[in-house]
Amino acid sequence: MSARDRLRPPVAATAGTLLPGFADPVLDAQSAFRAVLEAMARPGRVQRLPRPPAPPAPILPAAGAVLLALVDSATPVLTDAGAEAEAWLRFHAGCPLADGPAEADFLLATGTPPPLAALRAGTDEDPQLSATLILQVQALEEGSGWRLTGPGIEREHRLRVAGAPPGFIAERTANAALFPRGVDVILCAGDRVAALPRTTRIEEG
Amino acid sequence: MSTPMPESGYNFAYLDEGTKRMIRRALLKAVAVPGHQVPFGSREMPLPYGWGTGGIQVTAAVIGPEDTLKVIDQGADDTTNAVSIRRFFARVAPGLRTTERTAEATVIQTRHRIPETPLSEGQVMVYQVPQPEPLYKLEPRRAETRRLHALADYGLMQVKLYEDIARQGRVGSSYDHPVMVGGRYLMAPSPIPAFDNPKMHMSPALQLFGAGRERRLYAVPPYTEVRSLDFEDHPFEPLRANGHCALCGARDTYLDEMITDDRGGRLFVCSDTDHCATRREEKAA
Amino acid sequence: MYVAVKGGEAAISNAHAWLAEERRGDPALPEIGTEQIGEQLTLAVDRVMAEGSCHDPSLAALAIKQARGDLIEAIFLLRAYRTTLPRFGTSLPLDTGEMRVRRRISATYKDLPGGQVLGPTFDYTHRLLDFALAAEGHAPPPAPEAEPGEDAACPRVTGMLADEGLMAGEEPSEAEPGDLTRTPLSFPAGRALRLQNLARADEGFLLSMAYSTQRGYGANHPFVGELRQGEVTVEIVPPELGFPIEIGEITVTECQMVNQFHGSRTEPPQFTRGYGLVLGRTERRAMSMALVDRALRAAELGEEVVAPAQDEEFVLSHSDNIEATGFLEHLKLPHYVDFQSELEIVRAMRAAASPPAMPPVMKEAAE
Repeated sequence: MSARDRLRPPVAATAGTLLPGFADPVLDAQSAFRAVLEAMARPGRVQRLPRPPAPPAPILPAAGAVLLALVDSATPVLTDAGAEAEAWLRFHAGCPLADGPAEADFLLATGTPPPLAALRAGTDEDPQLSATLILQVQALEEGSGWRLTGPGIEREHRLRVAGAPPGFIAERTANAALFPRGVDVILCAGDRVAALPRTTRIEEG
Repeated sequence: MSTPMPESGYNFAYLDEGTKRMIRRALLKAVAVPGHQVPFGSREMPLPYGWGTGGIQVTAAVIGPEDTLKVIDQGADDTTNAVSIRRFFARVAPGLRTTERTAEATVIQTRHRIPETPLSEGQVMVYQVPQPEPLYKLEPRRAETRRLHALADYGLMQVKLYEDIARQGRVGSSYDHPVMVGGRYLMAPSPIPAFDNPKMHMSPALQLFGAGRERRLYAVPPYTEVRSLDFEDHPFEPLRANGHCALCGARDTYLDEMITDDRGGRLFVCSDTDHCATRREEKAA
Repeated sequence: MYVAVKGGEAAISNAHAWLAEERRGDPALPEIGTEQIGEQLTLAVDRVMAEGSCHDPSLAALAIKQARGDLIEAIFLLRAYRTTLPRFGTSLPLDTGEMRVRRRISATYKDLPGGQVLGPTFDYTHRLLDFALAAEGHAPPPAPEAEPGEDAACPRVTGMLADEGLMAGEEPSEAEPGDLTRTPLSFPAGRALRLQNLARADEGFLLSMAYSTQRGYGANHPFVGELRQGEVTVEIVPPELGFPIEIGEITVTECQMVNQFHGSRTEPPQFTRGYGLVLGRTERRAMSMALVDRALRAAELGEEVVAPAQDEEFVLSHSDNIEATGFLEHLKLPHYVDFQSELEIVRAMRAAASPPAMPPVMKEAAE
């Protein structure tokens, strides 16, 4: 990106800009980040976002909060959420839109996501240069469903995910085999989040 | 404790939001790859490099007005740098509570110790790290150590441990004794005494590490395997002073040695001032 | 009964009150003003701006006053302030060819287009303390001014050598240079980041590194092709306008060192360049930077990397005085805990080595 592009305002006013972002951009971003940090540190534990924004459909409040807390002009985002959602995101976060899955730091999938193998997995020296997939699902419940083990989990966490894409566990298992490279997934439903960092092993419940 | 007036003209917790987001993204990746050093765009802070700028930046990216912050240096809340950092956050983070009680804290920023009071799930430990690279004394070139971490090639460290055994007859460098995290990454636990290393293993708390000058941060998620490097025939055995605390009588805590006169008189007191005070209060009650 | 030392907070505020008192010095004497510092300690201000990476003479003067003249402390103050500033844009590259020259010398040609301009230099002063300066009210007579006759262009010496085919080409790049204040360096860093790092490196460190090359540690054979100092225009392109506008001018010093290069299988013998460009009238650092830049080009030019000044990771990792002084000075912080563990190890080793030579039994004070 050239210096001149960086100076350009991120977006023109469109319908998406009519909907507000965080009520308090500083403190709401902090509480959203803490929920995501907690989710990432304790995979499968469902966190509730205390003060999410009300993004345009089809972005769920949780996904909107995660994005506004984490993305900005330094992080290309790819999403299938449509023009209004993109405009909202660009207006409030100032993020560039990625050209394809391999260019995105963050992906927001409201429908079927691109294959995990198509996303950036980082390198062995820089495994942090990997994509984060924000995946919207219908519901997240603790206590039953998938059996999760790995760092952040004392013995086993159970997580029921309603509406995960078909074949997700198999794809995710293949991706986890790349460790330390790999994609990290943040699941969103309503105002709830749960995370599946690349270290988490998933077994069908 | 007197709370200084909030500093006007600065964002909540001092850092601008763009910097916080950059650190937050790096922290999430650090949690996802336990023990791996994530480079980050460390900023110049109003405190000097080497005085906790990494820990301060991590804390600033993490805390909110609903948090209760404890800051310790050498285990104590009243050491000058701990006081200075606590005052800094009291000035720049309106609403934030500070405490000296380990059990009350939601975020604990530390230099050189892990509290004696067991940590719990609601807590985040933030370690100030002077040197994040565990291999640096063996290989000062970071371009090379990055490669070694990528390959999980830690043969150098094994050689160092052999040398320790030959010279010292034991495994357990006195502090900053390297650990393996999740069986994959060799990690510097920061200059905590080897006595504290076992507290990192399967800790219920999230542990975050910030090295400002070296521009690296890393993490150990809760309930993650953290093994101090050793050999089967020379197991890791941390040392502590063979004494007891002159104030609370504890025989199981890490002790500071005090010189009481110039005739060889000395005594020991707990390095963890809160733990020691709590024990004395309990005794008195 | 032993009582733990308390009162860190009070001790800190008392220390800072004392510091403020010491800073002011004798209140019977007039207080020094930041404008005086800005006008009369200009080279200190320039160094603070250069190493603070922030062009603001009045803030630099304030920093010097606040730091009691400790320039590294002043640089730190300015850096810590700079880091909080929002960024409104990125300037276009400076055109030093269009510099309003105050000083311009070449050691390679006796005369050249644009001429030799000594400017306000310490060179050729006899370093005799001038006791007249100790007296108040000393105002020097105005310096004679040259006839404003030949307003000739002042072409660069390196350009003239290049026209003759004697200067090794350096591939121009349109790539956006990195920003070492935002992204941590990794190695190899590349020349753009190297020059960024050197431009704000500690002057003493740069000087010593440069000096080491002159004494044979990574020898190159430098000539001051040209040293120029003066004012250049800073321009940005506001996105709403789409064309460059001038936002001001700054004083810079540029040094181009010319070094012999023996040539290789693919390239004939020619000269190569070491480049220095720094904020302010900081000539020593521009020259040092140019020597170190050339030394760091060793690998690129197929020279053997044998000396510290040629080692990119070594030079760039240790050039920043804010990082260096912070880490050095952190040794003043309490290290009771680490020291205690070393004590235990040393005692255990001594006990194992020579049990009879144990120190006298430790007396534990009564509880």
